[in-house]
Amino acid sequence: MGHAANHKVLIWKVFGILSVITLVEVAFGIIKPDFLFMTQFMGTSLLNSLFLILTIVKAYYIVWYFMHLGDEKKNLRYSIVLPLVILIPYLATLLLIEGGYVHEVLAPYINWKY
Amino acid sequence: MGLNTADQSEDKSWNGGSAQPMGASYGKMMMWFFIVSDALTFSGFLAAYGLTRFKLIDVWPIADEVFTHFPFAHGTHAPMYYVALMTFVLIFSSVTMVLAVDAGHNMNKKKVTFYMFLTIIGGVIFVGSQAWEWKNFIKGTYGAVQLKDGKIVQFTENGKQIALADFVSAQQKDAIDHTRHNGLWFESGDYNPSFTVEEVVASFKENPNVNLRIERIDTETKKKIIVSRSEGLKFLGEAARVVEGANLEVNEYGSSQFADFFFFITGFHGFHVVSGIVLNIIIFFNVIVGTYEKRGHYEMVEKVGLYWHFVDLVWVFVFTFFYLI
Repeated sequence: MGHAANHKVLIWKVFGILSVITLVEVAFGIIKPDFLFMTQFMGTSLLNSLFLILTIVKAYYIVWYFMHLGDEKKNLRYSIVLPLVILIPYLATLLLIEGGYVHEVLAPYINWKY
Repeated sequence: MGLNTADQSEDKSWNGGSAQPMGASYGKMMMWFFIVSDALTFSGFLAAYGLTRFKLIDVWPIADEVFTHFPFAHGTHAPMYYVALMTFVLIFSSVTMVLAVDAGHNMNKKKVTFYMFLTIIGGVIFVGSQAWEWKNFIKGTYGAVQLKDGKIVQFTENGKQIALADFVSAQQKDAIDHTRHNGLWFESGDYNPSFTVEEVVASFKENPNVNLRIERIDTETKKKIIVSRSEGLKFLGEAARVVEGANLEVNEYGSSQFADFFFFITGFHGFHVVSGIVLNIIIFFNVIVGTYEKRGHYEMVEKVGLYWHFVDLVWVFVFTFFYLI
């Protein structure tokens, strides 16, 4: 019974963490502090990078504790996580670079004066 | 267990029987297989969205200006509050799902039933909220004018966006919508907006306080550029049609790809939520009639739970990319 009680405490703790992160994201999204919003870093604003990091933290908590991946065998864990961790950033990096390039090429041809 | 696998032998693992190298049952592993492939599908969509957004980085609509509605609070500017609430509902239904799985491990049928019920309710609230969000998005708030080359221009007063109805005075409107009902064949007519282009242009000339805002974002202030009155008139000289709301072809918020991706990705996610609710309902009734009590374990609740958490996980990313970034 003690084990089961621990489990419940953990579930509510994870819920608390996810809620706090969401609140922080929404607060930053509404206030948009200048020092984060206006600072450009690696092709986007620092604020966007912060959102991305917080989202990945949230994803970790959902997958590790709600989906119980943390309790699975090591080989199952890695055969699920590794393909995603390798393939998704790979695809995203290539496509974002390509998108930036297409913008550079096309934007000068758009007419903003009539 | 043996009936679910190709390997029917109940031998010890060193004979090759009942081997579970992953330490998970067949069904659970297949659910994980599906989740990994579905995660890659969603990544593909979101990466394509990212490509398009970087391509149109200087004209992309600003999310805070698009999603500003909150139920029972008309006319208020409430960016993000509603979608944050939706996120909470979905995270909470994920929590009740884990609690159901947890109660299943303890073979507590009553608690599993209760938590499954809460999970279904949470899912239904989420889908309902998304439908409401879509309704607002499709109906639009302000209205805009599309130029001959496809650009969208919006109207502002004192730096704030205003609706067409706020400054355009309409003449007697003779045109009525051509519907299927009065058509010769099964065709409906073009969309018939509340105002004509001529009325909008005439009212713009009469109201010196109204300014024109173009799609382009000023890189210094990260705000959409508001052009001068004389320039605004030049833009309106190119006006082609009045746009109200959004569809797959054109929308009042800006680039048509913005609405396309919004409809497609949130729609695909909403479809996942709906199928999740259906699965949850099936399992819910199975729990009530005691299927898993007889089977001796509640693993099916766990498997459907995996899918439900995955839907929550996808929403976390959709929320970030469509509303925050």
